[in-house]
Amino acid sequence: MTPPVIEIAHATVGYDGRPVLRDVSLTVTAAEVVAVLGANGSGKSTLVRAALGLVPVGAGSVALFGTPQRRFRQWHRIGYVPQRLGAGSGVPATVREVVASGRLARRGVLRPAGRADREAVAAALDAVGLTDRAGDPVSTLSGGQQQRTLIARALAGGPELLVLDEPTAGVDAASQEAFSSALRAFRDGGGTVLLVAHELGPLRPLISRAVVVHQGGIAHDGAVPEPAGHHADPGHEHVHPHCDEEPARLWTGI
Amino acid sequence: MDLFQYDFMLRALVGALIIGLAAPALGIYLVQRRLALIGDGLGHVALTGVGAGLLLNHSPVLVAVIAATLGAVLIELVRAYGRTSGDLALALLFYGGIAGGVTLVGLSDASTGSLNAYLFGSLTTTSRTDLITIGVLGVVLLVTMLVLRPALFAVCHDEEYARVSGLPVRALNLLIAVGTAVTVTIAMRAVGVLLISALMVVPVATAQQVTRGFRSTMTAAMALGLFAAGTGVWVAATADTAPGASVVLVAIGSFLLVALAAAGLRALRRRTRTDRATSPAEPAEHEVLLR
Repeated sequence: MTPPVIEIAHATVGYDGRPVLRDVSLTVTAAEVVAVLGANGSGKSTLVRAALGLVPVGAGSVALFGTPQRRFRQWHRIGYVPQRLGAGSGVPATVREVVASGRLARRGVLRPAGRADREAVAAALDAVGLTDRAGDPVSTLSGGQQQRTLIARALAGGPELLVLDEPTAGVDAASQEAFSSALRAFRDGGGTVLLVAHELGPLRPLISRAVVVHQGGIAHDGAVPEPAGHHADPGHEHVHPHCDEEPARLWTGI
Repeated sequence: MDLFQYDFMLRALVGALIIGLAAPALGIYLVQRRLALIGDGLGHVALTGVGAGLLLNHSPVLVAVIAATLGAVLIELVRAYGRTSGDLALALLFYGGIAGGVTLVGLSDASTGSLNAYLFGSLTTTSRTDLITIGVLGVVLLVTMLVLRPALFAVCHDEEYARVSGLPVRALNLLIAVGTAVTVTIAMRAVGVLLISALMVVPVATAQQVTRGFRSTMTAAMALGLFAAGTGVWVAATADTAPGASVVLVAIGSFLLVALAAAGLRALRRRTRTDRATSPAEPAEHEVLLR
């Protein structure tokens, strides 16, 4: 039997000795699409960041593809999509250059980009519908298009597991559509997905399992919960901003 | 070009050209990381090395390379692991560096003239050995920065993503830190400790007024660095000005010209665009429409 893609067992994760998650366990098997849900500040982003080794795990264990995370080296099997592009660097970079970074995990630091790399970058740009913007500086793109750039970067490496941190927060409708179709194609190709979300929106039909993080623990693991309250109202337009005033920023250490 | 019939002018020119080409190739990563002034600080630290070298009768440039490298590694460690006190730690290092340098040079038998040479550069006194040091270090630096460009770009652009890509992030960061130290020390000959950041940063700032991508910015910045170095030395030789300062003034002059031209071009383009503003309105950015 193949080992699970992600296996977190009794993990305690915290910043500066202050635990954010306590005794948390989560297993993701191949071809699953798992959504990690929860309120802002619940620790849902911390959970996936701990799985990737971006925050240290105090107690418990994390394994990726059956290898303890500390000894895991096959990073080309994982595509990571952060919440957003950093504050924007001082030097311009084209969409294609950013997406090409996604090939580094596969080809290594020293080998120059070859034809296979260029083709993978072109395919990834096509998958998110940004081929016509490939030569433009990333800073001139809308928030949603920047998010699609980051997804293309993750896809370019040809990963088996895609880990996304709030991919649809503050993303316009057209980008959400492009985004869910790219994700659907990835799943149909046999890929595994772990994504953090505050709201599922158009991604809902893709999710095979939902995990709800609440107050540093896992409160629910199973079917996707029905939206409650005014969020369930079909006419509800989700217009309040999520990301900018997010108190979570205080403890994710970004 | 009668001026360059003299060996010392020729050596000055070759040294300046190598530095003009190599400094922006490293500087672009500092600008990308918003650490544009780090070179300045390392120059201060290198000065302590110069002082120690003069005092111990060792090659000042060599000791300066060691001092600046130690300083760079220390700064990188503070950057990677430090919290709130990082800012203060840097200030301590920088001012400690320049004060230590001035004190040590004072203790040695060297004249104040030699302190000035390191503070403001002294291209025309470039010796054959200096030129070889500049040449070897410059070429190693250039090749490293060009070969590792995709990896260094990835680390400076999005460090967390680079970590999840399995890149040796710590080693690459240290490489940039050490590369900065090496650049600072070889550029010290040309423009001096106090003007070093200019050669690393100004050509990059000029290039990105007109470029759209990282690679094109790097190429243009290296070309501009080469141009500033060549023109600066030529101006210095003809007008009998300080070579280091002339190189920097040419670089800053190019920046002003390019920035003005780019702004003018943008204004012109905007006007022509509003003239034919009949295209359908594009959807507003950052629109949140979740259901």
